[in-house]
Parts: sequence; structure tokens; C-alpha cells
Amino acid sequence: MFKDHAKIIHAISSAGEINGRKKLQKMLYIAKKLSFPFQEKYQFHFYGPYSEELTLRVEELCEMGYLNEVREKKAGYYQYCYSITDSGRSFLSMHEMDMPTLEPCLCDMNEQNARFLELVSTVLYFDTLEKDEVTEKVFTLKSKQKYTHEEIDEAYEYIRRLKEKAKL
Amino acid sequence: MKYSREKLSEEKVFKDPVHRYIHVRDRAIWDLISTKEFQRLRRVKQLGTTYLTFHGAEHSRLNHSLGVYEIVRRIVDDVFEGRPEWNQEERLLSLCAALLHDLGHGPFSHAFEKVFDLDHEEFTREIILGHTEVNAVLRRIDADFPKKVSDVIAKTYEDKLVVSLISSQIDADRMDYLQRDAYFTGVSYGHFDMERIMRVMRPREDQVVIKQSGMHAVEDYIMSRYQMYWQVYFHPVSRSAEVILTKILHRAKHLYVAGYTFKQEPVHFRSLFDGNVTVEDYLKLDEAVILYYFQVWEAEEDGILRDLCLRFMNRKLFKYVEFHPSNDEMNKLMELNRLFKKAGIDPEYYLVVDSSSDLPYDFYRPGEEEERLPIHLLKNNGEIRELSRESEIVDAISGKRRTDHKLYFPADLLRDESTKKNVKRQIRELLELS
Repeated sequence: MFKDHAKIIHAISSAGEINGRKKLQKMLYIAKKLSFPFQEKYQFHFYGPYSEELTLRVEELCEMGYLNEVREKKAGYYQYCYSITDSGRSFLSMHEMDMPTLEPCLCDMNEQNARFLELVSTVLYFDTLEKDEVTEKVFTLKSKQKYTHEEIDEAYEYIRRLKEKAKL
Repeated sequence: MKYSREKLSEEKVFKDPVHRYIHVRDRAIWDLISTKEFQRLRRVKQLGTTYLTFHGAEHSRLNHSLGVYEIVRRIVDDVFEGRPEWNQEERLLSLCAALLHDLGHGPFSHAFEKVFDLDHEEFTREIILGHTEVNAVLRRIDADFPKKVSDVIAKTYEDKLVVSLISSQIDADRMDYLQRDAYFTGVSYGHFDMERIMRVMRPREDQVVIKQSGMHAVEDYIMSRYQMYWQVYFHPVSRSAEVILTKILHRAKHLYVAGYTFKQEPVHFRSLFDGNVTVEDYLKLDEAVILYYFQVWEAEEDGILRDLCLRFMNRKLFKYVEFHPSNDEMNKLMELNRLFKKAGIDPEYYLVVDSSSDLPYDFYRPGEEEERLPIHLLKNNGEIRELSRESEIVDAISGKRRTDHKLYFPADLLRDESTKKNVKRQIRELLELS
């Protein structure tokens, strides 16, 4: 019970601290696409893959006192930062986690910015399409982000590296 | 005449308890309604197990799909037509997507998706793009049309205004299901002035916005959403039925994988259990088939499967207590787990925590940090403002925490003192059962 909640705490604990809800959403989506066993369902929303289930679980975990949520004012919007609490650590100790390569993957993602992770997660969302079709999707659906061909190439290269890391 | 523009010789109307009439004039829409994949939705209930709490909630996904179609038809024909931001060429695409948006829902789809790791949106896509009657109708419009419909439903279509009609925080999908679910459950919460909302909708580049003068009608809609979630969708008794349903599916799968010999081979479930379900297999599943198996399994040798099916079919549901997952409560849960085993009641099937995050319904969120597009109001001076910044009512309910956990268990088994009397008494004390 609460296995799926425990996996989210484990992920945030592995990353140390995650700044921003968008970043958290994208990191866990990418981890799921790397075959880590996260159960939350994602749909494509205005800003890329988004999971309402994940949003609710994180809310629940904050409510339970297992995650710490800090709201910081940024230019024009609020950003939420997440980290594990002592109670969260104690809760986590009741669950066995067998995802040894999750931590290096999440730490790596945590060093990237949310904009790039949004691109990576969008590329992964369309991973059944050919690269030129994916590029077209990115340019059409994310026109306001003004991604370049170089960034898309970088995203593909980053996914390749992450997949290697996930295999270790 | 081009099929995409072909009209029926006279308008067809369906009587509908929510919208009074559903009007069909387009030949393609009429043909889609007649496909076997769409007709299958008659045999999938809109609210899953909710009929065990609200006995009227027997309405189907077909009823709802027609309702969503009708709302979109009224918006594009009566409100958007002639406005410069609206591309009339997208009319038929919007109607088809509205009609077909739930095509991939399976029987009791939420429980099925959880247990068998399925995704109804993926099946919707496969039905629209695969060798189906629906696909054949859509291809008559244009070879590329099935792909476009699929993209709109998947929210990846380039024209986001079309997407937002059936999928946004104030869309035709929600406007239909809130009213329809309120009507069929008999509750008085889901009502709002949809006509007013439709009149004040304005197309913009990326989404539908609402004229400021319609803010109070939208407040009513948000309140309806809020109340329906707590009063209907999160109802603890429906959740109890869903918990049992989920456990039946888990048990049947567990037995199948372990090589158990069923009295009647579960042929319809085989590919689900094997994890290789095809669209063809999936389309054969509906709630009539599932309930047939549950009835058959009432006579199975396996005690757990038999008991769970009897409970579901005869509405002998699990009871519940509130559960606040602090470390103390988690320790209590572990103790309960141990005592259930000692009492010979398998906690894997009979002691279940259910969280609100396990449910498929969402709340209005103001869209912090660009997560999801919020509802935008169009002010008289042309400025666009997020709804909760203008409405105190919406602001008050959209900032609240919305979590809820319950612990479900079979109170009847725990009160049966013919066996393991002492340990059951200990369990009842821990659960604070009388």
C-alpha cells in the first residue's frame, strides 16, 4: 500500500530537491519513459506530458507531511520547490525500492532546465514517430518555445545518454 | 457531392434528458453513430460502479458521447460561426472528435486500466486509426481525416482552439458529464447555466475564453464540479465497489498466471491476463461480458475469487474508516496487516487503502507554472485574466488541499466470531469498529 506514493518520495529524495512543478512533472515522465516503474498516467496538455495523478499524489504527500513544499515568488509566477522531510524518510524506510539506476538519471535531469526537459519529454511522447515528424510536432505544438533544430538534436542525444545511464 | 459536406435529407433528432434534443444533419456523423464500435459504448456505463450507490446512474458512454457532440455542435454552429478567429473548415473535425472522444473506454475502465496497465486514450487512437468501421467512415471524408481526429482527441492537433472545445478546463466533455451525471444520479449539485456559458464563449488563437459578463455562470460551473467530485465521484461507497472490482481482477489474473483451472475458461480475459490485448480483443469486452464472468465466478473453487464476486454482484461491499497516513497510522496499518493474516483473511485482497489520487477526476487548477491551461476571462478592455484572479469564489475553492484516504475492509468477516475470535476482536478494536 502507498507503493506509488513511496516511489515519488524516493524519486524526490534521489534528486535531492526539485525546483518547480513543471520540472517535477517532466522528470518523472522521462523516468517513466526510461522504463522506471512509475504508474501515473500522462496526457498531452498545453505544455507537454502532464499527469493529474502525479499532481494529486504530490499534494497528498505534502499533506501527509512526507514532502516539503516551498513556494517562491519568481517573475510573474510562483515556483514550488519539493524536498523530503524526516517523516518522509521514515515512511520511505518502510518500503523497499529496487531502482538502483534511478538516482543518477534523476540527478542528471535535475541539472537541466525545465525548458529543455519540456522538449525532451515532448520528444519522448512522440517516440513512435520518425525524427522529422517529431521535429514537425515540436515546431507546431511548441511554437511559442521557439526550439531550434540544434536543441532537438541535443534532446535526442540526451535521451540516448540517459538510456545508457538507466541501463547501468 | 463531397461526403464531408453531405447532409441527410432531413434532420435526425434524438430525445435527450439533458439537452432535450440532439440534432444530426451531417451524413458522416449519422454514419459514425451507426458503427459497431460506437454502438458498443451503449454497453459501457459512464460512471462505472457508481450505480451501486446511486441506483439511477446506469447511463452509458454512448449517451455522454452524443451529449458532447451536441454541445460542440451548438458552440460551432450557433456561437462561433462567422467569427474571424474560428476556421469553419474545422467544423466537421470538431464534431467527429467530440462524438468519438471516449471511443476507447472499456468496461469499468478505470479499474481495468489500473489492473491491466491499459490506456483508453491509446485504444481510442487505435480504433480510429485501425481497421474498423469508424475508420472507414472517417476515411471517406479524407484519407488524412482519421489522423486529424485522433490528434484532436490526443490534444496534439495543431489548432489548439479545436482541442480546447473538447479538452480544457471548461469544455464540452465536462459540461455534458456534470449535467448528465447529476441528472442520472438524482443529485441537485451539477446544475449550471450552460446556455449562458455558451453565449459568452469567444474563440481565441489557442483556446476558448469567457467574456467577463459570464463570470458568474462559470463560477456556478466550477462550484458544480467541486460539489460533484465530493458528493458523487469520490463517494466512499462507489469507491468500495471499485476496490472490490479491482481485487476481483487482480485475483483472477493471479489465479490464471498460477495455472489455476477455472470451471469456465475466461476466454475474453486471456489476452488481458497475458498482457497482449489487441484492439479486436478489446472491442469484444463490455460490461455485459464482465458481469457474466463475475456471475460464473460466484461458483468458483477459489474462495477469494468466489467471495469477492458475490460481494460485488450482491452489493455486500467493504466498510471503511478514514485513514490519515501519518507514521503512527502506517504502523497501525502494518499491525492490521499482520493480524489479518493471523485471522486467515488475506490482507492483499481484504485490507485496502484507497486515495483520492487513485480516482480519475480532477479539480479546477489556476494553472500555476504553466502546468495546465486555466480558464481565462476576456475583460471589456480586451485584457485576458485567469478566472481565480477575478473571482473570489473560485479563488476560495481552487486553493484548497483536496486529499482523502480511506481504509476498506470486510466488516462482516471481522464480526464473524465462529473462527479466530480473539484476533478478530483485536482487529475490530484497532479499527474502532463497534
